[in-house]
Amino acid sequence: MENHIKIKSRNMEVYYQDFQALHGINMDIKEHKVTALIGPSGCGKSTYLRTLNRLNELIEGTTINGQVYLDGISIYDKDVDVVKLRKRVGMVFQKPSVFPMSIYDNVAYGPRIHGIKNKSRLDEIVEKSLKAANLWNEMGNRLNSPAARMSGGQQQRLVIARVLAVNPEVILMDEPASALDPISTSKLEELIGELKKNYTIVIVTHNMQQAARVSDFTGFFLNGYLIEFNRTNELFLNPVVKKTEDYITGRFG
Amino acid sequence: MEKIVEIDMIKSKKYKDKAGFRKRNNAMLKNINAEKLIETILLLSAAAFILVIVLITLFIFAKGVPLVMQVGIDDFLFNSDWRPMKGAFGIWAMFVGSLTVTFSSMLWAVPLGIITAVFMAEIAPPVIGRWLGRLIELLAGIPSVVYGFIGLIVIVPFIREVLGGNGLSVLAGAIILGIMILPTIINIARDAIMAVPQEYKESSLALGATHYQTIARVIIPAARSGIITAVVLGMGRAIGETMAVVMVTGNSTVIPENILSPVRTMTSNIVLEMGYAAGDHQAALFATGMVLFIFIVCLNLMVTISAKAGRK
Repeated sequence: MENHIKIKSRNMEVYYQDFQALHGINMDIKEHKVTALIGPSGCGKSTYLRTLNRLNELIEGTTINGQVYLDGISIYDKDVDVVKLRKRVGMVFQKPSVFPMSIYDNVAYGPRIHGIKNKSRLDEIVEKSLKAANLWNEMGNRLNSPAARMSGGQQQRLVIARVLAVNPEVILMDEPASALDPISTSKLEELIGELKKNYTIVIVTHNMQQAARVSDFTGFFLNGYLIEFNRTNELFLNPVVKKTEDYITGRFG
Repeated sequence: MEKIVEIDMIKSKKYKDKAGFRKRNNAMLKNINAEKLIETILLLSAAAFILVIVLITLFIFAKGVPLVMQVGIDDFLFNSDWRPMKGAFGIWAMFVGSLTVTFSSMLWAVPLGIITAVFMAEIAPPVIGRWLGRLIELLAGIPSVVYGFIGLIVIVPFIREVLGGNGLSVLAGAIILGIMILPTIINIARDAIMAVPQEYKESSLALGATHYQTIARVIIPAARSGIITAVVLGMGRAIGETMAVVMVTGNSTVIPENILSPVRTMTSNIVLEMGYAAGDHQAALFATGMVLFIFIVCLNLMVTISAKAGRK
């Protein structure tokens, strides 16, 4: 299973009206690894991430061509239930988007919409998810206080707990640390390291050190093209393409 | 003050050129004067406005309070004997009338308004949402006498023929008032729903919620305080509305037995009798206005409180 390919994208193209945001992206994302997507703003890395749980469809005037396979099944197939897909592929956003409700209700939100009503079962899921997100020790006795009162770093870990509560296989993270202070960021990175034992993680980041620290594979995007994709060590130490080298050495971007 | 600054500046030898420094210093002073002038104008405008409000309020209370004291709060509010020519000033029937017409209009306008707002903000394609918005603005722009006229020509005969009675009724008032408060409810509720951060919606969908689950469990709860504001402001509009209500409700000063009975509201009472009222009678009408005033102030307080609760 070490080299099982969890997500495979082929010829992925995305257009916003006339603007082509992605050009024929091919990528193999390995199971139980962290894959980082780096590149300057507007390079298409977030757009690519959002093709993996079909979130681009929410934006009016978006056209999507190409294929994404999750465990070999094409997720853009007409028969695929997007709700079930998103249950398997969770997502964490840039801004910690906790719902305006209690900590408990935030974590229980996913299980509840998927039909779990039993209180003790919900309690169990909430506890397990908060523990997995390293929040239980800080928040375990404050489950009923409003989530909005927590710090930014805690909120972001709560969002991760909320994703874990629906028991996904893949977690997509769109610049999850960009609004956090250095201590919260390092806690988050530590958490990502623990999560990859059980989940496949794809993370978009502006921060190249972060990509180097947390990821096993890295893809470098520029102007809607995937310029280079390789093991993180290889990409940072021996970039094959000149543009990659220029970017990681800080010559542009 | 400026002298000291000037000397300090010269001492510091930054400004050896004294004339140049004066020039700059004067330019600085001029700006400060302009700011002062603008601030004063703004302050005076605000003060004038507040003065007008305070004077009107004082006037209403000065006219109304002595009458209420004379009649007794109990007899004024909770007695439904209104025979102003004979010195009987009990507004209970009108008080109940206002509440009955208002609540029965809200009974259908609030759910319809909120559902329409959700549809416009979340479900309709943006083009249709925009057109609906314009249509609703149009609805808000129709003068209330025109609504009353339509009610009198269309709704009152319809009720008379289909449901019985003479048609001038609580029901006719509730239908017309409901239509009139819909734009208020829809616009404010829609704005509240649209102000819910996009991240909430995306997060919910990304957790595998359907669009309807997202609306019911995240978007509406997050917009709750705005929706309450919409309802309360709609209610304030309904309580205060006069013209259209006078035209369709029959205006008899008895407590309505059912929705087909005629009814008189507090606002109707003022507009119907102010033309010939004098002395205590006139004071009693101002006292009726005072009750309305207090009622609407309470509603506005509720809006403020719910807005504060929403910000937590």
